[in-house]
Amino acid sequence: MTVPAAPDPWVVGPVTRTDFVRYQGASGDMNPIHHDEEFARAAGFPTPFSVGMWQASLLGTYATNWLGAENVRNFRIRFLEQVWPGDVLTCGGEVVREYDHEGERRVDIELTCRRQTGGKAVTAWSTFVLPGAQPDGEADGA
Amino acid sequence: MALNREFVGRAYEASAPYEVSRVKIAEFATAIGDQNPIYHREDAAVAAGHPDVVAPPTFPIVFSMSAAGEAFGDPDLGLDFAMVVHAEQRFEYERPIYAGDRLHCTTTITEIRSVGRNEFLTLRSDVSTGEGELVCRAYNTIVERGGAA
Repeated sequence: MTVPAAPDPWVVGPVTRTDFVRYQGASGDMNPIHHDEEFARAAGFPTPFSVGMWQASLLGTYATNWLGAENVRNFRIRFLEQVWPGDVLTCGGEVVREYDHEGERRVDIELTCRRQTGGKAVTAWSTFVLPGAQPDGEADGA
Repeated sequence: MALNREFVGRAYEASAPYEVSRVKIAEFATAIGDQNPIYHREDAAVAAGHPDVVAPPTFPIVFSMSAAGEAFGDPDLGLDFAMVVHAEQRFEYERPIYAGDRLHCTTTITEIRSVGRNEFLTLRSDVSTGEGELVCRAYNTIVERGGAA
């Protein structure tokens, strides 16, 4: 294996509305459901909740710290459970497969952001190039 | 209310190129808890072999949805934005985004479908330079809860 070992799981939180609003300001997604109590309740939610792309981006942070921001080829995110103020999130990942693709050594990883309940908030799948690794000639890539 | 299927295939072009700045990348990286110096300091990025500060992988969300706002706000589409949640997001990268890039973005509504009582709408945003170099594609699927009822 030429893939560096996955970093230890990254614990974030308890998360706050300030975290959500800081992300909203940075991303430009000002949907009031993430900060306006009355708006959230009118839409059927008990309180404002996090922006899905915030916790997805935490997984991006975990992954690029692991394998390098310049090496990412794709990043696919599925949003599962909402994240609420006070939640404690744990971001982690594992290698799915390592293979050659068009002359590059690549690795597919699966990333998970879990809430303190054990529920999955976000799952993501990503492909990175392993720049130091030479293709081994096995045409097992997709 | 069901979403108007006539919107499938419509494309929306951002009114102006998005100019990627070091300050915006650093602000975004801070918001996602990322202290990687190549996101924050030009000297660190250059030392790592990059032309300028590098954007984190989810950074295209900052500008890739702006053109879609025109569609979402069109009353003929019939979208109740208060009932919208994000279902899936995908990015495919041709190269990293760097500070100094001027990026053109065209967003196309590629699919509208019903699943149970919910309406799913998928967009594809093609992001390229002024010279026509494709930089990345972003795919965004939103759900309008109860929209198909």
